[in-house]
Formats: sequence, C-alpha cells, structure tokens
Amino acid sequence: MIRGLSRGQTPYHLINITSYKNGDEKEMMPSPALHREETPADWKKGVQAGLPIAIGYMPVAFTFGLLAKAAELSLFEAIGMSVIVFAGASQYIALSMIVAMSGAAELILTTFIMNIRHLLMSASLKERAEDDPKWLRAIYAFFITDETFSVAATSPEKKITGSYLLGLGVVAYSCWVIFSGVGYLMGAGLPQSLQDSMGIALYAMFIALLVPAAKKSKKVIALATSAGVLNSIFSLVPTLKGGWGIILSTLIAAVTIEFFMRGDERDE
Amino acid sequence: MSDHLIWVIVGMGIVTYIPRMLPLVLFHTNHLHPRIQGILKNVPFAILGALIFPGVLTINPENYLYGGIGAAAAFIAAWLNLNVIVVVLSSIFVLYGYTLL
Repeated sequence: MIRGLSRGQTPYHLINITSYKNGDEKEMMPSPALHREETPADWKKGVQAGLPIAIGYMPVAFTFGLLAKAAELSLFEAIGMSVIVFAGASQYIALSMIVAMSGAAELILTTFIMNIRHLLMSASLKERAEDDPKWLRAIYAFFITDETFSVAATSPEKKITGSYLLGLGVVAYSCWVIFSGVGYLMGAGLPQSLQDSMGIALYAMFIALLVPAAKKSKKVIALATSAGVLNSIFSLVPTLKGGWGIILSTLIAAVTIEFFMRGDERDE
Repeated sequence: MSDHLIWVIVGMGIVTYIPRMLPLVLFHTNHLHPRIQGILKNVPFAILGALIFPGVLTINPENYLYGGIGAAAAFIAAWLNLNVIVVVLSSIFVLYGYTLL
C-alpha cells in the first residue's frame, strides 16, 4: 500500500520543517498549545496518507453504485449502505444476496462473518493508539477497513494519534460515499440493454478480487475452490439455498483448510 | 424485502461496527489464539469462492453458458492484473456482445 510518507521517518521535532516544505504557512507557527500527541500536523498527515486510499476507492465505490442500481436499490438505500456500513466487500455481497432474495437474517449474519476480521485490526491498532479517550477511539474505530488499517499500521510513527486516524478515515470514507452516489447516478443513465448485461458485474468483481490473491497462494485457491464446491452442493438442498449455504460453506472451508494447510505461504 | 431494506442496512452497519470497535474501546490486552486468527484471515477468500459458485452460472437460468462466458472473461482480465473496474467492464461488454450474436 502506498503511503504518504516514506520510511525515512519524521522525528517529531522536524514536523514543522516538514510542513514548511509543504508550503502550508499556518503550520509554520508552532502554537504553544501543541501537545506531543495531538497536533494539526497529525491530522494533515492522516489526510495525506488517506489520499491514495481515496483514489483506490473511487472505482470500487463507483462500481458499487452501478451495481446497486442494477440490483434495483433506491439511491437512498445505495448511499445509505455506504454511509452506514462502509465495508466494500460485504456491501457487494449484500447486493448479490438481495438479488438472490435472501432474508434479512442471512444478510446480517453474512455481513458479520465477513467483517469479524476487523477485530484483529482493531486489536492491533489499540497497541499503538492507547492514549486517546474512549469516545474518540469509538469514532475512529468506525473507519477501520483493510486499506485504512494497512496504511495506519505501516505508518512510520511510533504512536498513532487519534487526529491521524481521523484524517485518514474521513478522507477514505468521504470518497467512498460520494463515489457510490456518482456510480448509482451514472448506472441509471445507461441504456437498458447494457443494464441487462450487468448481472455479471458482481461476479466479475468477486473474480477480480480473488484471482490476484489466488495467483500468489495455493491456500487461497484451496479456500475458494472448496467453498465454491460446497456451496454448489448446498444449493441443491432447498433450505440451504442462498445465504445459509454461503455462510456454512465459508465456515467449513475456512476452518478445515486452516487445519490442513497451516504452513501458510500467503503474502499478507 | 425492499420495504425494510433500510433496516437490514442498519443491522449490517451495527454488526460491522461492533468488531471494529470492541478491541479499541472495551477490551483490555486481548490476544486471539493464532488458529482463530488464521481462520479469520481465511474467511474473505472462502466467502468469495462460495459467492462465485454456483451463482455465476445461474445469472441466466436457461443458459449456463451465459454466466460461464462472463466469468471466463472476468477471469482472463483479472489474470492480466487489470484494474477491478476494467475487469467488471470487460465482462459486461463481452456478455453484451454475446447477446447481440
């Protein structure tokens, strides 16, 4: 993941010099109220580090908007999902389950299973961001995604401050929400015959997410194949068709493959 | 479904927020068992497999080939490391071309 700052570290006493180089005049005046942990510079650094994520999110959010339109969500529901959930993969999954007429319980449980992985990231961030008050942590926790976490976790600073995480999160989040709306509106403008071909779009998206990881790792191939085969079998059983089959095959594959292939060669 | 879809979305938001927030706000030093961590890391890849199959073959219930062609187009584009949106667009256009045949 690209970062705003190089590994060349930024010792704290050099922050104002760094800002000066960036040409921001406000930052040139060291305010007497500056604390070691919370400075405007931190917020700005967060925003800078968030920009590459925002750019990366644009096409993904745009595609989400297009697909939400194809899945016949309203504009309010499409943007609402990006505002409230802010988790790319599970939003795509929700769309495909809505199209497949899955029930509310299956949708919510699948979302939960898909996103439990944020526990790991949140726990890891806590190690480095302990000094902030709880309410502030509760706010920036909302912005944890695979991407914002990767950037924050590899940032050269020893302590990650709340201002940094907020700057990072807000930039990524705004871009996500705005481009979801833009994608939806663009989708509405497409000719009907083209909209009909968009049924493949969600699956193409999943394939695009999976293939690059599968090229690097046999474990990923094993996980995806076994879950796909299991779900194909489950789809023959009326009660397991749709959401529950997805949940069950995911859990079985994730657990059994972990026991068979512990020697993990996957690049994280 | 669509009448209460916004409430489903709110539910999705809540269950997504809880794992993001719990360790940061409430847990004291908490270390998950490495085996559990491994399983959690496996979930995204397994779920992708389950989402693709068998669903992709049934987007046109009368013709499995339709989904198969779209999936093959997406696979080739993804194999070439093209950007996600390019992968999505190329599979749409390949299928659009196929329906015109």
